[in-house]
Amino acid sequence: MAAEQTPLRRFWSEFAESKLALLGLAVLVVVMVIAVAAPLLAPQNPYDLSQLDIMDGKLAPGEQSAAGKTHLLGTDDQGRDMLSGIFYGLRISLGVGLVSTVFALGIGLTLGMVAAYFGGWADTLIMRIVDIQLSFPAILIALILLAVFGQGVDKVVIALVTVQWAYYARTVRASALVERQKEYVEAATVLALSKPRIVFRHMLPNCLPPLIVVATVQVAHAISLEATLSFLGLGMPVTEPSLGLLISNGFTYLMSGKYWISFYPGVALLVTIMAINLVADQLRDVLNPRLKK
Amino acid sequence: MLAYFLRRLSQSALVLLAMSLIVFLGVYAIGNPIDLLVNPQADEVERVRATVALGLDKPLYVQYWTFLKGAVTGDLGRSFVFGVPALDLILSKMPATLELALFAMVLAVFIGIPLGLVAGLKPDSMVGRGIMAFSIVGFSLPTFWVGLILIMFFAVQLGWLPSNGRGDTVLLFGVPVSFLTVDGLSHLFLPAVNLALFKLSLLIRLTRAQVREAVLQDYVKFARAKGLSPSRVIGVHILKNIMIPIVTVIGLEFGSVIAFAIVTESIFAWPGTGKLLIDSINQLDRPVIVAYLMVIVTLFIAINFVVDMVYSLLDPRVRLGQAAGAGH
Repeated sequence: MAAEQTPLRRFWSEFAESKLALLGLAVLVVVMVIAVAAPLLAPQNPYDLSQLDIMDGKLAPGEQSAAGKTHLLGTDDQGRDMLSGIFYGLRISLGVGLVSTVFALGIGLTLGMVAAYFGGWADTLIMRIVDIQLSFPAILIALILLAVFGQGVDKVVIALVTVQWAYYARTVRASALVERQKEYVEAATVLALSKPRIVFRHMLPNCLPPLIVVATVQVAHAISLEATLSFLGLGMPVTEPSLGLLISNGFTYLMSGKYWISFYPGVALLVTIMAINLVADQLRDVLNPRLKK
Repeated sequence: MLAYFLRRLSQSALVLLAMSLIVFLGVYAIGNPIDLLVNPQADEVERVRATVALGLDKPLYVQYWTFLKGAVTGDLGRSFVFGVPALDLILSKMPATLELALFAMVLAVFIGIPLGLVAGLKPDSMVGRGIMAFSIVGFSLPTFWVGLILIMFFAVQLGWLPSNGRGDTVLLFGVPVSFLTVDGLSHLFLPAVNLALFKLSLLIRLTRAQVREAVLQDYVKFARAKGLSPSRVIGVHILKNIMIPIVTVIGLEFGSVIAFAIVTESIFAWPGTGKLLIDSINQLDRPVIVAYLMVIVTLFIAINFVVDMVYSLLDPRVRLGQAAGAGH
């Protein structure tokens, strides 16, 4: 190809070397389109009670409702079309995952940069908190917080942010410490640029690659953790049914062989998480300077 | 060494104190337990009497001080729901959780390390790639999802294994255990596999990485050149040297297995501490929630403390520099 080698194009051609990663990316795009356009794509609005008929409850996949509509993935105990429920659930799961990642990234990035650039007691304090927090499993901290706060979308996001920020802080500090020693930072300091400008305009862009990898992995973690918490009945409220809540709802009927109420939301969750992980795996290889040819 | 020991010990105590404050204040900020405990028909006099009897009329810092004084003597309050000391309640459920966690750990170790060894010795073979693919899948599957699939497949479809409870137990040194009866073992199997899967994947990856590094070392090349049998090179030279980091990780991960047991126990209705915690949160049984969290936080701090101490004995650089935090 005679095309000009822009960084973005080189990045893309390296990323595209792995067919598995491309598949993951394609699946991820489909999942995101479904999440965004759920109201347009879903056969019914699963939370509009006027569209539901309890007589259509627990229909097996492919069965027809009394009104003659075919439910590809069956219906739940309320007569809700599972396919529509999954589309709307993806919206909530992905939304919570992304929002909490953005907040955690913002907080972790700022604190990590502050710790690396200023050092001293700020570094000690921030990294001590990070160390202590990371010595406990994420699920335990999230459980403690939700036991304290109670249910709710905002509370789940707060819990996920609290759990996640430390990973970013540690990652960004590690790369910022390396960047700080480099000549361009020295040059910027000699030019008497302000500290915030040096930190955020000069150092930050160079610290981004490892952060992007961590952030991608963490979106998958956040989605999985939210699903787990909702499954345990401590996460999302019934008014905001994420995939985890749908699975939890169907769990009661699993024993009587009505597998589809839990199974298909579970498949949707799994496909989403696996797709993100495939993309993250390839990003790690492409962005890792040690593997650069 | 002594200075490091004392500094680390006081740091652990400080973390424990801070956690107790966070947990106590946090948990005591939710709801009014009187609403749950007293008959809704009770009049105001009755409610006030119950509030005073439970010490809930006192200011929060007095309640916390009372809690702290009790905590150092092993009294973490009485369960609102069961009316027994919260710590006793947790300790009575502990054997079930420990049995599940230990069994899961045994599965992870005895399957994960051999698989990791194979994957590390033959990284480019079909088998090696297959094992790695399995570990990646095991890594990304949420624990509760795997539990669900296990129940769906083995309990509902095939009907081979039960999906809830502990089954028959027998007393071993006065502690009820499931793994010595056939019925108990059949109940233990699915939850243990569920809990083990994540750690299994972790051990595969860790062992593989360690083996791949070890086979390049001079002592392995030398052992091969000396004409030792491959099994002796692997069993003695490689395995022995990779065991130190692996044993450390196993030790560190044990705490997280107990934390993850919360999820597994809820799915398989395993009557352990994790299920007790979720039940207590749903019933707003505050003393039990606080007691559980204090027990598990103490456990974690103790594990991290021991690991740091062992590290510093093995590697003097640790006590001179900063002690690194433990893993995920």
